[in-house]
Amino acid sequence: MSMGLEAPIEGSLPGTQALPEFRGETSWEVPKDLIPAQMAALKAKGFTYLVDLTAVDNHGEDPRFEVVYELCDLKRKKHLRIKTKVGEGETLPSVCSIWKTAEWHEREAWDMVGVRFSNHPDLRRILMWEGYPHHPLRKDFPLAGLPTEMPDIAFTAKAPLEGGPFVTNSASLTQDREPRAHPAEERNL
Amino acid sequence: MSTTTLEFGDTLAKTAEMEEVGEKMVLNIGPSHPSTHGVLRLVLELDGEVITKVDTDVGYLHRGDEKIAENMNWNQFVPYTDRLDYMAPLANNVAYACAVEKLMGFELPPRAKVTRVICCELARISAHLLGLGAFAMDVGAMTMFLYTFTEREKIYNLIELLTGARFTTSFTRVGGQTRDIPPGFLEGVTEFCAQFPGRLDEFGSMLNRNRIFVDRTKDLGIIPDDVALDFGLTGPNLRGSGNPYDVRRAFPYLGYETYDFEVPVGSTGDCYDRFAVRMEEMRQSILILRQAVAKMPGGAWQVHDPKNVLPAKDKVLTKMEELIHQFLVVTQGPDAPVGEVYFGAENPKGELGFYLNSRGGGVPHRLKIRAPSFCNLSILNHLLPGHTVSDVPAILGSFDFVMGECDR
Repeated sequence: MSMGLEAPIEGSLPGTQALPEFRGETSWEVPKDLIPAQMAALKAKGFTYLVDLTAVDNHGEDPRFEVVYELCDLKRKKHLRIKTKVGEGETLPSVCSIWKTAEWHEREAWDMVGVRFSNHPDLRRILMWEGYPHHPLRKDFPLAGLPTEMPDIAFTAKAPLEGGPFVTNSASLTQDREPRAHPAEERNL
Repeated sequence: MSTTTLEFGDTLAKTAEMEEVGEKMVLNIGPSHPSTHGVLRLVLELDGEVITKVDTDVGYLHRGDEKIAENMNWNQFVPYTDRLDYMAPLANNVAYACAVEKLMGFELPPRAKVTRVICCELARISAHLLGLGAFAMDVGAMTMFLYTFTEREKIYNLIELLTGARFTTSFTRVGGQTRDIPPGFLEGVTEFCAQFPGRLDEFGSMLNRNRIFVDRTKDLGIIPDDVALDFGLTGPNLRGSGNPYDVRRAFPYLGYETYDFEVPVGSTGDCYDRFAVRMEEMRQSILILRQAVAKMPGGAWQVHDPKNVLPAKDKVLTKMEELIHQFLVVTQGPDAPVGEVYFGAENPKGELGFYLNSRGGGVPHRLKIRAPSFCNLSILNHLLPGHTVSDVPAILGSFDFVMGECDR
């Protein structure tokens, strides 16, 4: 299976940087201000299908968030990943005008991770309800949830596995592989 | 006596006064409504019976699967994938395991690949049968549901034989499956393949030229292929519009390039085309199943990587080293490298993709599920305006979505 694009990068704008290839997949890093121009250029080049758009919270790093676009060229059977970094409180230009499917994906990224998109026609929450104060997929949001105005719905009991012997902690929190079980209070969550 | 002929002209034409007084009404459908197949909520703005604006509200079944995934090791997440598209748990298990194996850099042994192809195609037939039965019931053909469930029962029996569970299978693990194919399973699949096409013809004869069914689905909910792709539609919903994109063809995995099968596409992109594509896909799945059974190789059914894949049970009970490995793999899970991958699989509803972002160790840093139903439903706001309320169940039925996957 060959999913990568040949080097050198064709059709990239200045400022675009190719990331090391991993498992045959090509990733580019694009500065966030260049996103609309670069995406429109890529769509014109044949990447007509936006497979997925998601945001990653790299808590403790600066800039904090990373938005990941998976593009696909159906004719040439190519896959390309575009990544861009967004700081806390910054906005990222929306790609809704290029692919309609981005509308719901961007709403989800805003809802779950809290990345704001500018020029989005309808940036409301999508999975959580309107008025919910938190962004659940942020790393500083605990698995058990946080209290809100609607305590019955928003807050669940402590997760049954939390702190137990078989709970695996994220490597970003505990760099060593062993031991793996940590009580909840030891973690900074 | 003279007669007067009444002149009506176009009876359905709107007059200027009607436009002026036209009062809009808001109609709420769902989140619990039989035609929304789960907990989808639609807020329709109506002008008379015609829909003018739609707000699709999802999220009623949100369980935070992606958050949960960040707090457990790679194998522990398998049962959660059962609950994504709960009409085809086996296909979800396979897609997830393949994604993690891509991250780990595993190459599956041939027997495991063919086993997984059988899993995927059985799941596809089972899911399409339910989609077909529910769609037919939505447009008034109640009996179809009972017919398709009789066939699903046979698939469930096969799945029970293979995995030990009928519904929530949790069959795959990173690097293989929980067990090898049991004796009698391949014979069971062969038997199913022998009788199923006849049943499929019977289903076709009940619906293909059924006046009510055709009237309610033909030329309804038409999606042009460029619009379908723009909204990220995949699976039978995209192929119904004429775009032949099928992940099994475009980015073959599990050796799908070695199977001989056709990818059916529709011509107009209406509800009937989406139904017809699913019918034909079931026939193609039978062809794939027959080829898979015929070529089932022997040998290993798991990747050989003692530190990351569970050892054989008899060795665990008799050998020191395997016991240690068993303990390590169960408590810590496979040790994934640092990196990120995207893997998409052709599931019954469309392209189910997993974006895995790993920083090393036993858990994902971020696991994103690209749910086909989520993308498929995003077109409703654009598609439904202009249709009447009575078209909504037919269009929703033809989309064959699952909210467990949409809301995650």
